[in-house]
Amino acid sequence: MKRKVLEKGMKVLFLLMATVSILSVLLICIFMLISGVPAIREIGLFDFLLGSKWSPSGNAYGIFPMIVGSVYVTGGAILVGVPVGLLTAIFLARFCPRKIYRPVKTFVDILAGIPSIVYGFFGMTLLVPLVRTYFGGNGNSILTASLLLGLMILPTIISITESSLRAVPESYYEGALALGATRERAVMTTVFPAAKSGIMAGIVLGIGRAIGETMAVIMVVGNQARLPSSILDGVRTLTTNIVLEMGYAEGLHREALIATGLVLFVFILLINLCFSLLNRRKEHE
Amino acid sequence: MEKFEIRNLNLHYGAFHALKDVNMKIKERTITAFIGPSGCGKSTFLKTLNRMNDLIPECKIEGDILLDGQDIYRNFDVNDLRRDVGMVFQKPNPFPMSIYDNIAYGPRTHGIKNRSKLDEIVEQSLREAAIWDEVKDRLKKSALALSGGQQQRICIARALAVKPSVLLMDEPTSALDPISTTKVEDLVARLKEHYTIVIVTHNMQQAARVSDKTAFFLLGEVVEYGSTEEIFSMPKDKRTEDYITGRFG
Repeated sequence: MKRKVLEKGMKVLFLLMATVSILSVLLICIFMLISGVPAIREIGLFDFLLGSKWSPSGNAYGIFPMIVGSVYVTGGAILVGVPVGLLTAIFLARFCPRKIYRPVKTFVDILAGIPSIVYGFFGMTLLVPLVRTYFGGNGNSILTASLLLGLMILPTIISITESSLRAVPESYYEGALALGATRERAVMTTVFPAAKSGIMAGIVLGIGRAIGETMAVIMVVGNQARLPSSILDGVRTLTTNIVLEMGYAEGLHREALIATGLVLFVFILLINLCFSLLNRRKEHE
Repeated sequence: MEKFEIRNLNLHYGAFHALKDVNMKIKERTITAFIGPSGCGKSTFLKTLNRMNDLIPECKIEGDILLDGQDIYRNFDVNDLRRDVGMVFQKPNPFPMSIYDNIAYGPRTHGIKNRSKLDEIVEQSLREAAIWDEVKDRLKKSALALSGGQQQRICIARALAVKPSVLLMDEPTSALDPISTTKVEDLVARLKEHYTIVIVTHNMQQAARVSDKTAFFLLGEVVEYGSTEEIFSMPKDKRTEDYITGRFG
């Protein structure tokens, strides 16, 4: 009898705990909508999203430069992080000598655990001067942020790609070798394509991480709210726009910043939607 | 003409002595069957013939394996060897791509890019593997949508497309239904005209039906090797007799 009650009690407890995440997501959605929508209504959706001037003191709230900034920086991070990440994962899954697998894997895991502020310091003290010296500009730029973010999304891409490569049946690899293919060709033309949907999922998660990153970006990206004309220009991203001004904003300015968060939130939701669509397709195969 | 000549072959997996002093000659354009209970080394031996055992760490091989008089470990690039000595696996393993791309994989690997040349090879290989009529209207469809028996014939066609001279088959029908098995067996019998075939099988009737010569393996040794007719009608060794009459295995 007592055991039965306990069992029931535990079941309810587990269920309650599980609802915490669901409730949080719903609450965040509702909060973002309630506090973000009025500002968008007042500014006008078109002026808000596509306005190219952000000047709270001049009552101009266009976040288009920030959207562009986020897209550039994230795109750059993908260009930097995806090739390195995929090749690292292929190395780990297929070519890594057993002796150095552990160390490499450990370092990748450490990379995942470094706080973003530390990445920020690294970027500020090392990457910014390097970019300034070798590429020009003042160093705080799209390029710098892309390099830094590319590094930060590596662990995500590596671990997901590696596990999907490992999930591919060995028989594809053997089949290709048996036809006289080299090991590299067998991996690149049979194993790699077979893991495609998992790899895409890893990239999408990496995009999510890059677009949402704030602290590291703020320290290297320059933070000018303007449309950039080159990758050596500084920009401001959606996330950094909020952090930079939230401390002193009030009234419509404050609401506009929350609405900026709403736009970011919609981006993240879209990315997650892509992720689950990719996963669903994988299950169907 | 001897296709393969194996002299004093010993193979160890770590501390396990998997093949013991194997000596064998395999004639060109014949079908040789390897029979024996599970774990007797017959598949291991098959895989040394195209060096698929190279993939296994801890695998140590001593002795000589000559293909057309050339040592396959010393005088061959492993990829060239595998091109000449094709392999069909126990479980059909078509790549997750279209039927056409499966067959064209090997030729493309070896540098053939010309579209009409590829078309020709694909058709010819599929015809040779007796599956052209079944798939000619859906060459662009995924090979994974085919039945197990069809998949296995696709794998045979894929192996033939690189124009090997030897075809190694590792229990090619053990995952198939009886009708598909018959089709594959008929196919193997026909392929003998152009190829040297070595087939590992659990199924003694199959060995008796298709092969010219049979080798009986037990605990890593070749107990008896001779013409299939002799092995099945008057085996010289008591252990062979016990095995083929079903007393163990």
